[in-house]
Amino acid sequence: MSGVGAVLAKAKSEGRAALVGYLPVGFPDVQGSIDAMVAMVQAGVDIVEVGVPYTDPLMDGPVIQHAADVALKGGARLKDVFAAVRAVADAGAPALVMTYWNPVLRYGVDQFADDLAQAGGAGLITPDLIPDEGVEWIAAAERNDLDRVFLVAPSSTPERLRSTTLACRGFVYAASTMGVTGARTTVGDAAEVLVTRTRLMTDTPICVGLGVSTGAQAGQVAAFADGVIVGSALVRCLTDAASREDGLAAIRKLSAELAAGVRAGR
Amino acid sequence: MTDQPSSTGGGARPGRFGSYGGRYVPEALVAALEQLDEARLKANIDPAFQGELERLHRTYTGRPSIITEVPKFAQHAGGARILLKREDLNHTGSHKLNNVLGQALLTKRMGKTRIIAETGAGQHGVASATAAALMGLECVVYMGTKDTQRQALNVARMRLLGAEVIPVSHGSATLKDAINEAMRDWVTNVDTTHYVIGTVTGPHPFPEMVRDFQRIIGVEARAQVLDLVGRLPDVVCACVGGGSNAMGIFHRFIDDESVRLIGLEAGGEGVDTDKHAARFSTGLPGVLHGAFTYVLQDEDGQTLESHSVSAGLDYPSVGPEHSFLRDTGRAEYRPITDTQAMDAFALLCKTEGIIPAIESAHALAGALEIGREIGPEGVILVNLSGRGDKDVDTAARWFGVLEDGLSPDGLHPDGLEQQ
Repeated sequence: MSGVGAVLAKAKSEGRAALVGYLPVGFPDVQGSIDAMVAMVQAGVDIVEVGVPYTDPLMDGPVIQHAADVALKGGARLKDVFAAVRAVADAGAPALVMTYWNPVLRYGVDQFADDLAQAGGAGLITPDLIPDEGVEWIAAAERNDLDRVFLVAPSSTPERLRSTTLACRGFVYAASTMGVTGARTTVGDAAEVLVTRTRLMTDTPICVGLGVSTGAQAGQVAAFADGVIVGSALVRCLTDAASREDGLAAIRKLSAELAAGVRAGR
Repeated sequence: MTDQPSSTGGGARPGRFGSYGGRYVPEALVAALEQLDEARLKANIDPAFQGELERLHRTYTGRPSIITEVPKFAQHAGGARILLKREDLNHTGSHKLNNVLGQALLTKRMGKTRIIAETGAGQHGVASATAAALMGLECVVYMGTKDTQRQALNVARMRLLGAEVIPVSHGSATLKDAINEAMRDWVTNVDTTHYVIGTVTGPHPFPEMVRDFQRIIGVEARAQVLDLVGRLPDVVCACVGGGSNAMGIFHRFIDDESVRLIGLEAGGEGVDTDKHAARFSTGLPGVLHGAFTYVLQDEDGQTLESHSVSAGLDYPSVGPEHSFLRDTGRAEYRPITDTQAMDAFALLCKTEGIIPAIESAHALAGALEIGREIGPEGVILVNLSGRGDKDVDTAARWFGVLEDGLSPDGLHPDGLEQQ
């Protein structure tokens, strides 16, 4: 079983959902992002999504777009991602790299998989790579014993739910609403419907993302999902912070609130 | 070869042109792409759909567009005969309406009520706003703020036609960022909304579908040249931003092996500078906006900003079928600098009384260059993809033709920087 799989299984045995937190590398700067990822783990995040900043993040809302923009203007490079992965792994949590496809393609799919495994990474989440186009990546992941997390959406047909979940290892990423990343006031019924539909197709754990920002919402989602994914709300902690210390404190506070939420949901 | 569009792209897999193309999109969009693919394949063989599109082209677009021989312009090209395919005479002033009317009809067939579009020069945005007004669809157009400034006239046209224009200020604030924002809208509103992509790129089936809607340009032009000259042209040339006007005029000639197909990219301030959009000069295969194709990118796979005097060519990627035609050698691609394009723009104005779009002026500059290479016996067909009304402000600044008192302040002496 993969590192991600083991963490999800452990959470399940504790009668709770896992908490998955996203932060992009290089925001507010490379070291600042690594410190924030480690702080997140210390405060109760079970799995870290290490985000690769990209020039054309077409699945992301304004908060993550802004962070990626700052990271790239600040000189964040792809090699910094491996440093972040190493730091997260050393802090004791599995690190899944979340990346648009072109940076991996340019790096070389095999080389990226090798270097990710070397850095202690758990695998990849690929928001703009569907399994249909992912043959090369799936083979490279197989070879390096890496997880591959693909997305399912409310618009996915039963056939696509089946084929996509078959290609997943680690967990299935259920995008709860139609839209881009960003906090929402309600998570909505669509997420639960999607999880129910997806469970008919697979035994792989299902984590729900897009829109969760509070402990209460995390609790609602934890009632039906194996993991709760939080991104923009965590990034926001850093965006809104007056200082580096304030940012880390806000990250710790929100992570703890969300960690309590995923434990209160059942 | 018939005048019917082909349903495959020449690749082994559907939606692939050799290794190029594909569908690199969020899963949330896959169902909509499947629905679109099914609808357009049905429409391709549905006489009712084809009849309606043909009627609209005849009674609304103004098709067939004519060809015009330009002998005085051609004197500057070593005497080769130059024929212009006059897509500038279409309603709305460019080739864009060919595609938009087709996609608007498909939108209605799919039961959707809202279209969104991206635009660079504004030509595609204006065509989309026009089709939406004609067919009673809601229309939202995304446009980079750099482009809303340099193409202000087209912003006004879209708003007069009832469309909402949303300026996009992040990233490079040009066409690429307008596409990102349109994609975000689409993934959120896909139940009611069709994304009318304006060029031959994006995820499958867009590159193939848009080409098939634009293919009428080459179908008409081939017959017109045969009629006028008595033989096929030696060269067909067209400007290439995303590449829809070029695919439109090239496609019917692909099996005519004697005909050279030449695409002209924006060379900006020169391909040895970092201010150009010559993807085939310095780009590498990669993924942008849903397709695997040539992309201007750095060593981390980050998209590089492009530059061109023409908003419509200012795009760091290119349609995947062009990448295929380039790698197989069936088509050639050359960069044309801003200065070459503006010189050709001025020459056509003064010798023939036709004001071309600055995009199309890149194709004209290519024809001047190629004409001198092939000599006076040659025949060159140029796709004059759009008219230049929208570019009068840019050209007036470039050539300094306004009275001193009317010149805008802060003008770069030999450039167009307006920020």
